[in-house]
Amino acid sequence: MNIRYSFKTAISSLKTNKVRSFLTILGIVIGVTATILIMSIGEGAEGLILNQIGGMGADIVVIRPGKEPSGPSDMADTLFADSLKPRDVEALKRKNNVPDLVDITPIVIVSGSASYKRETYRPTIFGSDAEFMGKMMNLHPEEGAFFDEDDIKSIANVALIGSKVREELFGEENPIGKNIKIKDKSFRITSYLPAHGQTTFFNPDEMILLPYTTARLRLAGINHYHEIVTRASSPEAVDRMIQDIKMTLREQHKLSPTDKDDFFVVSQQGLVDQVKTITSALTIFLSSVVAISLIVGGIGVMNIMLVSVTERTREIGLRKSLGATKKDILLQFLFESMSLTATGGVISIILGALLSYATAFILTNFANLDWQFSFPVSAVAMGLGVATSVGLIFGIYPARQAAEKSPIEALRYE
Amino acid sequence: MPIIETKNLKKVYSEGDTKTFALQNTSFSVEDGEFVAVMGPSGSGKSTLLHILGFLDEQTSGKYLFEGKSFSDHSEEEIAHIRNAEMGFIFQSFNLLPRINVLENTKLPLIYSNVPESKWDNMAREAIESVGLTHRIDHEPSQLSGGEKQRAAIARALINKPKIIFADEPTGNLDSKSGKMIMEIIEKLNEDEGHTIILITHETYTAEHAQRIIRLHDGEIISDKKVRHRHSARKEEFKK
Repeated sequence: MNIRYSFKTAISSLKTNKVRSFLTILGIVIGVTATILIMSIGEGAEGLILNQIGGMGADIVVIRPGKEPSGPSDMADTLFADSLKPRDVEALKRKNNVPDLVDITPIVIVSGSASYKRETYRPTIFGSDAEFMGKMMNLHPEEGAFFDEDDIKSIANVALIGSKVREELFGEENPIGKNIKIKDKSFRITSYLPAHGQTTFFNPDEMILLPYTTARLRLAGINHYHEIVTRASSPEAVDRMIQDIKMTLREQHKLSPTDKDDFFVVSQQGLVDQVKTITSALTIFLSSVVAISLIVGGIGVMNIMLVSVTERTREIGLRKSLGATKKDILLQFLFESMSLTATGGVISIILGALLSYATAFILTNFANLDWQFSFPVSAVAMGLGVATSVGLIFGIYPARQAAEKSPIEALRYE
Repeated sequence: MPIIETKNLKKVYSEGDTKTFALQNTSFSVEDGEFVAVMGPSGSGKSTLLHILGFLDEQTSGKYLFEGKSFSDHSEEEIAHIRNAEMGFIFQSFNLLPRINVLENTKLPLIYSNVPESKWDNMAREAIESVGLTHRIDHEPSQLSGGEKQRAAIARALINKPKIIFADEPTGNLDSKSGKMIMEIIEKLNEDEGHTIILITHETYTAEHAQRIIRLHDGEIISDKKVRHRHSARKEEFKK
């Protein structure tokens, strides 16, 4: 029997039972659509996150205190770890320790609210080197200048504020030269930023930036830093710089060769790798859930095909008496189950594309994410491939049952 | 060489301890071009015999040669090919596939043959014409009368121009008028086209259209005689 005719026969027999065929493939459609959606969303999410990480700069390396977190509980440890001392910063600054390092600033994070006259606002308060931060995040004061090395050395009570902070505390008033209060201490505004918008890690509009010495000593009252941000001479030098940083800090902290690092470094490449690990783990997990749904769908297909084989016992007997071989009958029923599930595959691809597009549309327009609609070609191939294979795998048993029927018993069947 | 040759054919069905002898020591042969009726009451083994002759079933013991070769001389594919190209089957219950029209039903044997698809349509139309059913070519079986269904089934049986046609009670489900028409067609196939016919029936009147009648009783041949006064549906006054 030729392929074209087999296909025609299969389609016409599926058409005679439209509702049943549709219900049978529903399980497959749900499974494959879910897979396509997961693939598309996975790709979109990875793109989104990688895009944001890309904004950090390929030459930036962040050093954090404590052990490298491998779970949420470790994250908390990082917040309380105090292994990054001011003298570590001095050591890292020395050229012969870390030759590839071109910029460095410690970061101090302070929680508290700021007030001016009767207005109060709860900003994000950082201590750092304003010039490096400005360079790294591409920030330029709208008025005034960044505080400088002298302000840092002299532990000056000066501050740079973001546009939102300025709006909340000063309204239309010019903030330059005015004093705001944080934790009962006065800080003079020397510059402010224009509106910037959310970035990956924080929003500069809601920020008050102080010299890191001022923030550490006058506000936080601690003898360590929360983070150290460094920049390498080039992205290619990052790996070498990380090695140097690790060696310097291990030496500084007098760690023996068997001790684990009491700090860890985060680079763009490291984050990219992490994100990819997480998304692929998620994809594998979700895919296995979907695989189960496909097995359930496949069993449904097998069940209906068995019913169909029994219903058409006489037809099988007749076809055999007219010269059909076992192989012909086997192929006829296999074609039928594969056409059934392949149709499901096509429906799934269309549904999957529509749903992925809808997801992208909603996330871009209502969640303000820079979400790229992506519909991988692999999803189309996967959808058709998986659906057809389900038809093949779960169609074999019923088709064999059909092929093995004895012609006379089949012809006698009522 | 006879087209059909059987010797001591035996078919036993066993169910548990009880054994049923559907056929015992059946020996006869049929020459090419013969029209033979196999008669007997129900349970006499005539359907079993037809199944064995049509290579749809295998005997328990004894010998059956179709064109000099037995069932076990062939592979499964060769058996299917013989059924397809050299044998035609007509059933009491027609066995047309529902939901496809007369033309498609007639074509069914061709899809298992080596005939190129471009010829299928013409062959099917010719076969349908020869049974006088051209006006029903687009009809589905449910829209046909019993006689028309059987004519469609005959068109299907002869589309591959088989050497031999097995007809299993072809008029059993028909009124006498349609039955006559079917017998006329079968006679024509034998006399004009030279097909060998094996007709199974329990009616003496129908059997007497054949040249020769083999009577079966309890699985044994009790007589095998030429028909002296043959009936002929073709010579009777008969209007389509």
